[in-house]
Amino acid sequence: MAVTVDDIKKTIIEVLTEIDDTIDPDSLKDDVPFREQLELDSMDMLDVVLGLRRRYKLPIPESDYVHLQTMDSTVKYLLPLLNK
Amino acid sequence: MKPRDDSERIVITGVGLAAPNGNNLEEYRRALLNGVSGVVPYEIRYFGKTVAGVCNCEITKYRPRREIRRGTRAGSLSVYCVGEAIADSGLDWDSVPKDNVGVYIGVTEHGNVETENEIYEIKQYDYDCSYWSHHHNPRTVANNPAGEVTLSFGITGPHYTLGAACAAGNAGIIQGVQQLRLGEVDLAFAGGVSESIHTFGIFAAFNAQNALARNEDPTKASRPFDVDRNGVVISEGGCVYTLERLSDAKKRGAKIYGEILGYGMNSDATDFVLPNAERQAQCIRKALRNAGLGPEEIDIVNTHATATHAGDAIEIQALREVFADSKKTYVNNTKSFIGHAMGAAGVLELAGNLPAFDDGVVHPTINVDSLDPECEIRNLVINKPVEVGAIRTILNNSFGMVGINAVTIVGKYEGD
Repeated sequence: MAVTVDDIKKTIIEVLTEIDDTIDPDSLKDDVPFREQLELDSMDMLDVVLGLRRRYKLPIPESDYVHLQTMDSTVKYLLPLLNK
Repeated sequence: MKPRDDSERIVITGVGLAAPNGNNLEEYRRALLNGVSGVVPYEIRYFGKTVAGVCNCEITKYRPRREIRRGTRAGSLSVYCVGEAIADSGLDWDSVPKDNVGVYIGVTEHGNVETENEIYEIKQYDYDCSYWSHHHNPRTVANNPAGEVTLSFGITGPHYTLGAACAAGNAGIIQGVQQLRLGEVDLAFAGGVSESIHTFGIFAAFNAQNALARNEDPTKASRPFDVDRNGVVISEGGCVYTLERLSDAKKRGAKIYGEILGYGMNSDATDFVLPNAERQAQCIRKALRNAGLGPEEIDIVNTHATATHAGDAIEIQALREVFADSKKTYVNNTKSFIGHAMGAAGVLELAGNLPAFDDGVVHPTINVDSLDPECEIRNLVINKPVEVGAIRTILNNSFGMVGINAVTIVGKYEGD
């Protein structure tokens, strides 16, 4: 079964709320970097990477971290990889 | 008592603690005087059902969840205890120069919890190490609990942990006293912490030694000196003291819980696990010499006894030798209420006795249904508190594996 945009968004929110359970998913802006709107630091960003990797059992090379900046860019990056 | 200048005399001006039966000194003391145990049923991965001392302090009180998640349980307990110690000491924290503050936290072990957790996680990925967490190193470095304290409170003076097995809490106090006397810091947060109930390995190892307590009623499981004792109840907890020079404490009109009159540390150099009565006695005498006190001048001896068959009897043997002529020295034990809080044990147990300077009561050791003749000693306070009137000195024993002993002596501060 194909992985949808909504599935990925749900997973990203799960990963983010694991980092900080006070995050309000409804107030997240899809086009603003996570780091900016959630005050994430480099260790938190590694949590985002590890959280996605563990859930999807997917290798994410360091050179691709640049795609995990916003909700939109992360979904755009993951969607084709998860539907290969 | 050894004469010392006020700038050499180190006093306790704050107490922060997380015990299985109390989240501050008042609650904890009340539990100790009312016979309330903090030991509960407990279950842990792989090992299964057992009993343990579990804390329920409000760990979000001094830092947000995001930091709690990033750090360790030992770090969270340390931060809670230091936050409480700061509040209790009445310091104007914002005006305290943070570079002159030291943090000295005793730990029995550190890193086992995180390592076990990570191995459990990567097991789900066929042990592929690329799924290992980037948090592993900052969580498992040996200074972690003390370091987390500095992060939470902006302390820029020295911080480190003292690895001293179950003598670690007292080692933390001793380090604080020494650093204040050396002039390295002006304020010390010193004590110990334990997150040990979150590692299955410690339960399995005590069990393999036939030294893990079991009892149908968890509150009866920790029973030092009882003939039916069958081992250690493992507990988590923390206790940190605000330590200052007497001269500084007087200057700011601080409340003074007591003065660290003396201490002693030594090594058995005989066995990995079995304690040594002769060395324990030597350590106690060393502390007495350091304090300039005779055994008969000690009002309460708070024992280390963990409820193992050999350990309890060996400690009593040491005490019988040192306190043979001390007719007014009372002996008690705090682990019977809270289990063995490992790195926090010595400091938590001392804290439970500090209010005796004010209320004149010696809390008992509970769960002694039938006293083991090998553990008989004069003035052992069993099952019920004893009101003895003026209490001026407490000697606190802490002994640990691989043969490490640490004894502290605290005296009532009665002004000039």
